[in-house]
Amino acid sequence: MSLSTSKPPAPRLATPKTAAIAARNAADVQLRGSWSLTFARLRRDPASIGSITVILLIVAFALGAPLVAAWTGHGPTEQFRDTGLSPSGIPVGPSAEFLLGADQLGRDVLVRLAYGAQVSLLVGVVASIAASVIGVVVGVVAGFFGGPVDTVLSRITDLVMSVPFLLCAIALVAVLGPSLPLSIAVIVFFSWTGLARVIRGQVMALRHREFVEAARSLGASRTSIMFRDILPNLVVPIIVYTTLMIPSAIVFEATLSFLGLGIVPPTPSWGNMLADAANGSLYLIAWWMVVVPGGALLALTLAFNLLGDGLRDALDPAASKGGKGA
Amino acid sequence: MALLEVSNLVVDIPTEDGTVHAVQDVSFTVHEGEFFGIVGESGSGKSVMVQSIMGLVAGARTSGTVDFRGRNLLALGDEAMRSVRGREIGMIFQDPLSSLHPQYTVGWQIVEQIRAHEKISQQAAKARAIELLERVRIPDAAARFDAYPHQFSGGMRQRVMIAMALSLGPALIIADEPTTALDSTVQAQILDLLDEMRREFGATVVMISHDLGVLARVADRVMVMYAGRRMELGESANVLCSPAHPYTAGLLRSSAFNREPGTPLVPIAGRPPSLLAPPSGCAFAARCPDAMSICSERPPLRRYDDGTEVVCWLEGEPGEPPAPELPPAVEARSDDPAADASIVRVESLRLAFPQRRGPARVVLDDITLEVRRGETLGLVGESGCGKTTLARAIAGLVAPTAGTVTFDGHELSTLGRREWRSLRRRVQVVFQDPFGSLNPRRRVGSIIGDPFRIHGLASGQGRRAEVQELMELVGLNPEHYNRFPSQFSGGQRQRIGIARAIALKPELVILDEPVSALDVSIQAQVLNLLDELQRTLGLTYLFISHDLSVVRHVCDRIAVMEGGRIIELDDADRLYRDPQQPFTKRLLAAAAPEIPRTPARRRLVRTARPREAGPAPVLLPERAIEGARR
Repeated sequence: MSLSTSKPPAPRLATPKTAAIAARNAADVQLRGSWSLTFARLRRDPASIGSITVILLIVAFALGAPLVAAWTGHGPTEQFRDTGLSPSGIPVGPSAEFLLGADQLGRDVLVRLAYGAQVSLLVGVVASIAASVIGVVVGVVAGFFGGPVDTVLSRITDLVMSVPFLLCAIALVAVLGPSLPLSIAVIVFFSWTGLARVIRGQVMALRHREFVEAARSLGASRTSIMFRDILPNLVVPIIVYTTLMIPSAIVFEATLSFLGLGIVPPTPSWGNMLADAANGSLYLIAWWMVVVPGGALLALTLAFNLLGDGLRDALDPAASKGGKGA
Repeated sequence: MALLEVSNLVVDIPTEDGTVHAVQDVSFTVHEGEFFGIVGESGSGKSVMVQSIMGLVAGARTSGTVDFRGRNLLALGDEAMRSVRGREIGMIFQDPLSSLHPQYTVGWQIVEQIRAHEKISQQAAKARAIELLERVRIPDAAARFDAYPHQFSGGMRQRVMIAMALSLGPALIIADEPTTALDSTVQAQILDLLDEMRREFGATVVMISHDLGVLARVADRVMVMYAGRRMELGESANVLCSPAHPYTAGLLRSSAFNREPGTPLVPIAGRPPSLLAPPSGCAFAARCPDAMSICSERPPLRRYDDGTEVVCWLEGEPGEPPAPELPPAVEARSDDPAADASIVRVESLRLAFPQRRGPARVVLDDITLEVRRGETLGLVGESGCGKTTLARAIAGLVAPTAGTVTFDGHELSTLGRREWRSLRRRVQVVFQDPFGSLNPRRRVGSIIGDPFRIHGLASGQGRRAEVQELMELVGLNPEHYNRFPSQFSGGQRQRIGIARAIALKPELVILDEPVSALDVSIQAQVLNLLDELQRTLGLTYLFISHDLSVVRHVCDRIAVMEGGRIIELDDADRLYRDPQQPFTKRLLAAAAPEIPRTPARRRLVRTARPREAGPAPVLLPERAIEGARR
């Protein structure tokens, strides 16, 4: 047969035109990438834009804390007993010298607010990222392997969920003494469970999809399937849940500090600033000591929550679209 | 007499990507008592068109008129429209599982429908519902009245849907792909039932289908749609046996049931235009073998003396493009020249899934099968007969309960981990669902390159070059290396799946319904591609399908499965000519018959030029649609 030439003949196709035509058709209508679509949807949502702005402003404020201190000439823990307190020992209110007033020891609330923002953001971001890493790993492993592995991991998750947060935190601090790493550890320990449950459920659904079967039939290892095939499909819930975890971590931290279990004074944090205000009912005469850190806390957590909601809507419009081909 | 008269209907749907021009200037008339078929590929706008007639498309902007019994449906208010739906126009949807409410009994749903429109007592409505269920031949209807939808089979559910559509004695029944989700033998029963009910109740039926074979069986008149436009309309015998439009002719040429086995199908090259920016001239011109330069202008409507209406510039009969040439076949590869002719041997294979209660469910029962090197073995059966499970067992993805599977002399159950991995290079699977089998979050390059990565065969630039060569081989543009699967059409995605499967030059490729999710013209492209690859690469195929016409077209031998057993196995031709088992006979009877091609005997009577670009049609305001929101 004429087949036995020295060079293998290049496969000749009966439908070579197809690719060119398809390419031309595809070029006619540029499909927009998923990220640019997400971004376009976010931009259309005023709540998301507003919350991003608030978060960026607070981040800038936290990063610029030393500048604020230099500009006012007040250190975060410096006490100004002559100018910050009235002769009778009452803190002065907002004035030219203390823009947001002074606290009971004559420290500048504005400067302390900036340094406190550092702590809040650090704890919020670090704790929620660490918690989501744990949650994702536990959820993926439990959902993918199923069976006894799933039972053990799920029961551990249930166990952690049923431990009372404050009692446990108080006991730990009583034993180990309050510190920043300890408060982050406590927050992480109590935060990963929700995400683990969500991820587990998603993985259980994804595990039976045909593309996982396809990877298996190609001989892919289980680790490769878990991290290369399944994980990329979980990006949306991970981003959304991590964003939503940040404000709760910030509130956790403030709670711990408020109770004297978190950040050790005199290091400022929004939580212990609020605790100072509550001490001896000072807030009755010095309203700014409550309103300033409380308002900042409210603004930051609200912004993160709104951003999380906005991200969910922007990343996952399936609720309004639906269908395979959409 | 005309019951439904649609003229110059335009439906635009605003979406995030732009406005989808789903239906453009479509006119047709449905006469009282007839069976009117609308055929078109997915995305041709046929479903959107009937749903917008019913006012079920939320946010759609429509213009034109839909005259139904003297009223313009497009101008009716919500309240008036609601009384038309169900009462005067009944609808049957494609998926009988999702269109019945899972939490209510079927009887309750029919009674609810009746009582929503008529003031009659519960008892009377129930009696009517039971009578209807009897009419659509639900056995023991009175007892089944209180059953839930999941207790019915797919065909039975579709019967319930038909009963529900008939419950108020509507003048018009719109059926949207009513048989697509059903097995072929059930499909035939449902079509017959629909036709019978139409005669009995004196109703008119408008049925949408993508399947020419189905419509050829039942429709009196058909309309062919493409890219939101009407292409051809006329008596179904005239349109299907002697098509006047090149698109209709192309569809028939690419249908497997309509071509001699062994001869290549003639696919329609390319794919449909985007409805976001449809061409201003003829929508089909880019894929048309008879395209002329004038086709970039809007084609005229030509009316022939046999009642056929065609929207096309062509005056004569559409031409017959030559069948694609197939490369000569190479001998099937074999590493060991002494190896026997069979590549896979399955011996008394049995697979049973243990159940929590009761005895284990036997899925595969005593199966003995041999796949010969270089052949295409077809595996046919209805859904749930175990054909996919058998394929998975042969691929080594599920372990059998008893019996052996031997691949090229190695028994699968005795393989070690490393041998199992090397087996994965020699057996590959192409999955049914081109949407589900590709990871939506990974790029095409990385999906096709996966086999190389997993087996550590190529990386970096080398892998990229291999992948691009494969993309070229299966007819994809290699420049689309960095795209995501969602940016491709169904046919292209199946090409991606095929490219992935042949990447490592396997010996056996298991094709699990590779074309059942695709449109006819795309089906033909993929089937031809598979044929070419088999010839050039010397592959062995195990071809699983529920569609006998496709199987007959591509397979050398066919195995028929029923209830987990292989009941008949023979050469394709012999099985067709002389089926032994009653089930095989039933399957063959249900398969679409060949549509005879007869030369056209028609004379052009009138040519209507399209209206010149006058004032743009006034679009009616967006209608707030109730009940259509999800």
